Amino acid sequence: MEALFRKVSSFSATTILILLSAIFVVLFIYAKPAIKEFGFNFITDPRWDVSVTLKNKTAAQKTDNTANSAVANVGNNQAQQNMDSDAIPQDSEDIDIPQDNDDIAISQDDDLGIAQDDDLGKSNTKTVYGGLIPIVGTVLSTILAMFFAVPIAMGISVFLAEVAPSFISKPVGMAIELLAAIPSIIYGMWGLFYFGPLVAKTFGGSSVSLLVAGMVLAVMIIPFMASLTRDSMNTTPNVLKESAYAMGATKFEVIKDVIFPYAKKGIIGSIILALGRALGETMAVAFVIGGVFSFPDKLTDPTVSIPVVLANSFAESSGMSLNALFYLALILFVISFAIISFAKFYFLREKK
Amino acid sequence: MKKLVLGAVIAASSFAYTINGTGASFPYPVYKQWIKSYYGKTGNKVNYTATGSGTGIKEIVARHVNFGGSDKPLTPAVLKKAKLYQFPTVVGGIVFGYNVPGANNLKLSEAAIQGIVLGTIQYWDNPVIVKYNPNAKLPHKKIIFVHRSDKSGTTFNFTYYLSKMSNIWRKNYGARKLINWPTDAQGRSVAGKGNFGVSAAIKTNEYSIGYVDYADAKKNGLKMATVQGKDGKFYAPVPANFAKGAAYAGFDPKKDFYKIIAYPKKGYPVIASTFILLPKEKVNSDKKVTAFFDYAYKNGDAAASKLGYIPLPASVKKQIRKYWAEKGIK
Amino acid sequence: MRLVINKIVLLLSTISALIGLGFLFWILVTLTVKGIGAIDLHIFTHDLVNNGLRNLLVGQFVLALIAVIVGVPIGMIAGIYLQEYSFGNKYAEFIRNLSDVMMSAPSIVIGTFVYAVIVNPVGHQNGWAGAIALAIMMIPIVVRTTDDMLGLVPRELREAGVAIGAPKYKVIVNIIIKAAKVGIMTGILLAFARIVGETAPLLFTSGNSQYFTLNLNEVFPSLTVAIYNLATMPDENLVKIAWAGAFILTLFVLIINLFGRYLIKDKK
Repeated sequence: MEALFRKVSSFSATTILILLSAIFVVLFIYAKPAIKEFGFNFITDPRWDVSVTLKNKTAAQKTDNTANSAVANVGNNQAQQNMDSDAIPQDSEDIDIPQDNDDIAISQDDDLGIAQDDDLGKSNTKTVYGGLIPIVGTVLSTILAMFFAVPIAMGISVFLAEVAPSFISKPVGMAIELLAAIPSIIYGMWGLFYFGPLVAKTFGGSSVSLLVAGMVLAVMIIPFMASLTRDSMNTTPNVLKESAYAMGATKFEVIKDVIFPYAKKGIIGSIILALGRALGETMAVAFVIGGVFSFPDKLTDPTVSIPVVLANSFAESSGMSLNALFYLALILFVISFAIISFAKFYFLREKK
Repeated sequence: MKKLVLGAVIAASSFAYTINGTGASFPYPVYKQWIKSYYGKTGNKVNYTATGSGTGIKEIVARHVNFGGSDKPLTPAVLKKAKLYQFPTVVGGIVFGYNVPGANNLKLSEAAIQGIVLGTIQYWDNPVIVKYNPNAKLPHKKIIFVHRSDKSGTTFNFTYYLSKMSNIWRKNYGARKLINWPTDAQGRSVAGKGNFGVSAAIKTNEYSIGYVDYADAKKNGLKMATVQGKDGKFYAPVPANFAKGAAYAGFDPKKDFYKIIAYPKKGYPVIASTFILLPKEKVNSDKKVTAFFDYAYKNGDAAASKLGYIPLPASVKKQIRKYWAEKGIK
Repeated sequence: MRLVINKIVLLLSTISALIGLGFLFWILVTLTVKGIGAIDLHIFTHDLVNNGLRNLLVGQFVLALIAVIVGVPIGMIAGIYLQEYSFGNKYAEFIRNLSDVMMSAPSIVIGTFVYAVIVNPVGHQNGWAGAIALAIMMIPIVVRTTDDMLGLVPRELREAGVAIGAPKYKVIVNIIIKAAKVGIMTGILLAFARIVGETAPLLFTSGNSQYFTLNLNEVFPSLTVAIYNLATMPDENLVKIAWAGAFILTLFVLIINLFGRYLIKDKK
């Protein structure tokens, strides 16, 4: 029986390993064409879905890191090219515009996701994808969210575990957990219609922006941190707390020096859970972050994050643009791995 | 008598079938009404999930569904390669919703529109705009341009109109589902997710203007601009004018109805159609789909109009039925 | 001085609780106001095709149930393994890290994965794919919370169990889990709440059906996909249904929460 239990639990853990690896593999397969095409430049290239004309193959690989001039340059190049040849295919998904007003355009559609090999030779433009802006947006929105959420969640859990009498803490605790149940699209709509305009009124700037997204994210992840931290705090043996009180410690000191250290693992765990949610939240952020592919000059500017780009483009993409999306998703995995490992390492190491 | 009726109903429902479709979200409200009506009348079940034109195309190519919906028509060559049939179902208008306190009945000339989207006209009181709006008291405020944040058929149709209307636009940007708008770099953009997001953004940002489909603009009570058409006349953004434009659509069944109908000879210029894609080899399934749309063409016009969409002209419907008959899927 | 700090901190914590509650109240009021207006007998007795919610409520429940049946045991048992049987070794650490990273996977990615491995081979959307996608999303949450909560159980309890000669699995099941059950249940409830509001995993896998069906081999009705489709539509009737659905969804999670807490209550 013992052996059986052991085997079953080991099997369960291995199943997870297989599952996660499978997801990673599938992602990688879909991302591979984009990885081959753009390499590591993808991480530093701020252009997304921008057509560049190739003077020769190597010239096109050079990355132009000024976001503002990229579009203008492309425009000028294209104008010159257009003088001589027929309509230039912009993206493999577009339809060319007829030169005369009424002719049917010649399509270079990649609607079927099938590479139009015979066109590659003739076409002298290619579409460049770079993930710098969504990457920056993801990191910034997550940091913002944690910045708002961690203090409030910790405060709530202290309230629930230590301050409130049990007839208050039970229903209030359940109410906070309810926040986790609200569909993310509702958060999106609430943020878009009610919260965003309020933020714009108070802080200026746009009603959909990095700031609004960070704050909406914060509200979404608070229940995870608050409930689990509260439960972790409640596992502190009474005997430890009582002996501290007996020595004359105030409630705050007991929390700070006895409960938090004891419950540290659970608290950090809850923060990691919340971090995961914040990094990957799609629907709500898509509604309130603004969706403009540019760097936010200030907090109240609209921008994008990786899940938002996925949400906005996934349903309509095929071919290289789809591969680029998967490349982004892969990068998100790497980012979250890095952040989570760092958080664990920093907070859980033995301080001696 | 009751037993007979019951028996007939059971017999009929045992022949009731289910067909599944997915694709463009633009016609979803209309299709849903048609589905409801069709189910009530015949007991046949039609499912349609709004996932986007791109997914609609992908799923029908993969034969995962019985029919796909797309706002962007496929060319005959692509249709041949993927072995698909195609026909339009309904037309919609794309309007310029705007939010300028105190200014109503905005009239936009082609020059004004070109300037706004290209970013060369940056303030509301620019002479090009004021020219046709002398009494509007337009303020010296920056124009906030609202566009889509997600890839969309609406953007595609809108930019197709821009490409036909403006040589500069065509040369530099073309018709695409997702654009790096010039106003992005100038910091005067706001992006919304879906027509819904764009409407919300226009509503909550003063001095903004954006392109959005008529049904959403109407529902959100947005002010809509009167637009100059190809023939130079100004057309108000109302269904009658959309229908006028749709009459010049120029659908050609020989080309599988491949036509992007924006910028017609007369009528409101920014109109778009949406299409259904069918797999050639699944004749029985196709017959069920065409039966549904045939019913919709016969009985669904009122519902479509009520929701702000434009039913296809009778002549086009006739062409479509003939197309079905030719392909053996009527 | 220490007393002053104490009072300030306790005050701050109460204020944070009020802020949290404030947001909750704001969203819930918005939900209620917009949702309750559309609630009448009609939506419970009709399916989506006739502007009702019946098939969606049943469908969502079925999908969530399957997700829980599949996801919770796998998650819990894996969490037990990580904590009890392989404490400290590299393999466990690796799985822990992978599981945490999984948690941040955008739901669209999970949906795509399940689409690739289930929908593609089967040839069309189906309910099983949707349920599996939800289960996959639950697992990392359950794993981490089980792992952590078990870890917080005092060593003395374990030692006591071993001291009376109980085999390890008995110690785990009868003593340790009992001690951590509150926390583990919170984890399960949170995971459940998380997936019950998810749209993207279902959008490409089980789609949405307008009709009442319990056939998981076909396109399957789900409330969240319907809300996603309907809430942003320019037809006011459809929007109302969406809000009503969201309201009922939240209510449903509240009930499950209460039920879950009741299950593990110490019966005296």
